[in-house]
Amino acid sequence: MTASADIQAGRLRPDDYIENFNDVHPPLDRKRAVIEASRCYYCYDAPCVEACPTGIDIPSFIRKIATDNVKGSAVDILSENIMGGACARVCPTEILCEGDCVRNTQEEKPVKIGELQRYATDRLFESDAQVFERAASSGKTVAVVGGGPAGLSAAHRLSMLGHDVVVFEARDKVGGLNEYGIAAYKVPHDFAQREVEFILSLGGIELRCGQAIGTDFSLSDLRRDYDAVFLSMGMSGVNALGLENEDLAGVVDAVDYIAELRQSGDFSKLPVGRKVVVIGGGNTAIDIAVQTKRLGAEDVTLVYRRGKDNMNATWHEQDFAQLNGVKIKHWAQPTRLIGKDGQVKEIEFEYTQLDDNGRLMGTGDHFTLLVDQVFKAIGQTFVPTPLVNGSADVLELAGGRIAVNEDRQTSLPDVWAGGDCVVGDDLTVAAVQDGKLAAVAIDRRLRA
Amino acid sequence: MADLRCNIAGVQSPNPFWLASAPPTDKEYNVVRAFKAGWGGVVWKTLGEDPAVVNVSSRYGAINYNGTRMAGFNNIELITDRPLEVNLREIKQVKRDWPDRAMVVSLMVPCEEESWKRILPLVEDTGADAVELNFGCPHGMSERGMGSAVGQVPEYIEMVTRWCKKYTRMPVFVKLTPNITNILHPARAATAGGADAVSLINTINSIVTVDLDAMAPTPIVGGKGAHGGYCGPAVKPIALNMVAEIARDPDCQNIPISGIGGVSNWRDAAEFISLGSGSVQVCTAAMHYGFKIVEDMADGLSNWMDSKGYKTLDDFRGAAVPNVVNWNQLDMNYECVAEINQDLCIKCGLCHVACEDTSHQAIFANRVEGKRHYEVNVPECVGCNLCMLACPVDDCITMVEVDNGKPYMNWLQDPRNPANIKAAE
Repeated sequence: MTASADIQAGRLRPDDYIENFNDVHPPLDRKRAVIEASRCYYCYDAPCVEACPTGIDIPSFIRKIATDNVKGSAVDILSENIMGGACARVCPTEILCEGDCVRNTQEEKPVKIGELQRYATDRLFESDAQVFERAASSGKTVAVVGGGPAGLSAAHRLSMLGHDVVVFEARDKVGGLNEYGIAAYKVPHDFAQREVEFILSLGGIELRCGQAIGTDFSLSDLRRDYDAVFLSMGMSGVNALGLENEDLAGVVDAVDYIAELRQSGDFSKLPVGRKVVVIGGGNTAIDIAVQTKRLGAEDVTLVYRRGKDNMNATWHEQDFAQLNGVKIKHWAQPTRLIGKDGQVKEIEFEYTQLDDNGRLMGTGDHFTLLVDQVFKAIGQTFVPTPLVNGSADVLELAGGRIAVNEDRQTSLPDVWAGGDCVVGDDLTVAAVQDGKLAAVAIDRRLRA
Repeated sequence: MADLRCNIAGVQSPNPFWLASAPPTDKEYNVVRAFKAGWGGVVWKTLGEDPAVVNVSSRYGAINYNGTRMAGFNNIELITDRPLEVNLREIKQVKRDWPDRAMVVSLMVPCEEESWKRILPLVEDTGADAVELNFGCPHGMSERGMGSAVGQVPEYIEMVTRWCKKYTRMPVFVKLTPNITNILHPARAATAGGADAVSLINTINSIVTVDLDAMAPTPIVGGKGAHGGYCGPAVKPIALNMVAEIARDPDCQNIPISGIGGVSNWRDAAEFISLGSGSVQVCTAAMHYGFKIVEDMADGLSNWMDSKGYKTLDDFRGAAVPNVVNWNQLDMNYECVAEINQDLCIKCGLCHVACEDTSHQAIFANRVEGKRHYEVNVPECVGCNLCMLACPVDDCITMVEVDNGKPYMNWLQDPRNPANIKAAE
């Protein structure tokens, strides 16, 4: 990334970076955790459990915190969701477990399930205890493509069930979006890698990093060499604005910038504009907006073409962005990027509205924002080409992603898939559930 | 504004809130702070014969429940560990400075007439309003033949009470131990001995917790623990029952009662008074929060009395006593069933699982249009109240009386009573 006059690194004092990228929510200590745990009613047929994609027995794990059985609590969580530590930090709990807590009805203040889950899992990780065991070896080996939450979840469960696993990861590190995509202040320090270490400490999982499907090996190779295959390579494509001048300096893909930020050992070396515009309405848009603000951008404006309720980012995320000084502008779409000397300088938007049929349309009125950096965060896409490269096998797609059944099995009987490369909620917790379900189904098939 | 003035066995106080004989009333400094805060009276921490006792280090233990500290409290402290002369001098000074407050002096000396004969005039000389005989302390002193070692033998109670009545003109309160099978025996003995009032309950024999690392009961003194005396909010139900038993016992002859046991707020006090207590004595709540709590106790009691139209404490004192009966006087024909207010229900399901697992399977767990719906299965409901008690929402589940048109019929009249079946044969 080239720096120009208005895009600079080191806008803040060194201490500011530490504070800005530290834990956004400080962890609960024992006393607070016990008090918060005592707020749980231990519901029968608890709505929070139903709202959790991985079906963690939430009342049970909270009761165990209240009784100081923290190890038991962590085991309850991790048995259903091996990335319970990450999910405690990144889940949009306000629309999942906490959103359905019965305390909302009573007092509009749910039990802080996410923070309690973090308390229990953190304590377990601190103790370095291994709480899972591998079953007797089945003699089978499963290939997992992509070491993100879905892949690691599948790998861990498969290993527990007695199968050996080889994880192929295109990047240098496994962890997926936990390592490369989530805002730094949500998973600060080296949490993502510590969680990976915990998962791998079970044994039976071999990592092969820098190995990409379609380049270093093909799907056919895997089907030939392994007893089953689980595909979890996520979405590698980034949507473009479709405007002229999108190649101007200062027009950046948000996911690339976040990945660079997450891998940067020193936030003060990241160049950031004085005036930043973010285009998009999802969590990536929120994450890049807040992070650029925390890197020292003066004005950060997030522009979304529809209204508040249409944004993929939850109300909580929107509030958080605004609390961080991000200005959110609804009902406008970008129409023109204006540059000078190859550097973006202005961006023109058109106001939008819904027509009588509920379709989005421009109103014809425009406004222009001065800008140093434009971040594109308008979604990612699944790129199927690598699956086809060098492979004789053809996977069916659905909704532009890999088609799967309830067991996450693809159209090929020995190939399963999960995470962002299949249709579903694009959440870490949903990816973990995909991996878990696929692993159980693979085990069933390998033992049949 | 209701009149909170209290008169029990001739002892007057501006309100019924006394501090019980315990650490809060150990010395002038504390008692003066208490009176400044508004307490109506104190029972000075128990005096004994010199040389004064020696207390150990590490004295209290507690039960914390669901984040609430000191829901139950226990102690292994003995009586005052200060010289008799110092206590008497301070009592005299405080009574002189605070003449409108009740000053009752707790006493515990060996079970010998001479000992009581010797100490009573010394207390009388202080101008104290009354003495309270500590027959309740269940730890330490009882090993030396005092405290509950006396309180557990009705004959001793009667004997010592008689001695005290003989050697002092001061009203004599007898403090009873709950560590007995039937509270009426010591209460009747005190009455027979001429006691002017009884105070109850003293603390209950207890081990509050076991430290699972030290493998010793708490509080731990050098690796060991001894049973202590249990008090605090957790003991209130036991105390209320014992107060009620005495209040409705003809042989106790309406002896005035100073109620003790987990009184933490005005509502607790009102309950004790409704069961016949004159004053109420407080310790744990003050030890937890300081003396300031008396402000709400007095203010809250007064506001509640105003709302009920009670002008004085006597207007409701003992009002609940006639409604405390033996089980065999309950109406066998009374019926109530649970009713769930669906608008208030938060769908926690606790009513269902409590009834389903542990009671009468009388609450259905349904889904209506995908939403949880809990509904009473009226024919199966026995009216046990469990669902109402488990429900976390006030007034969501109520017990509704069923008008079955049947007349009052107690167990003695009930044809299902085996005694009646036999008689009919």
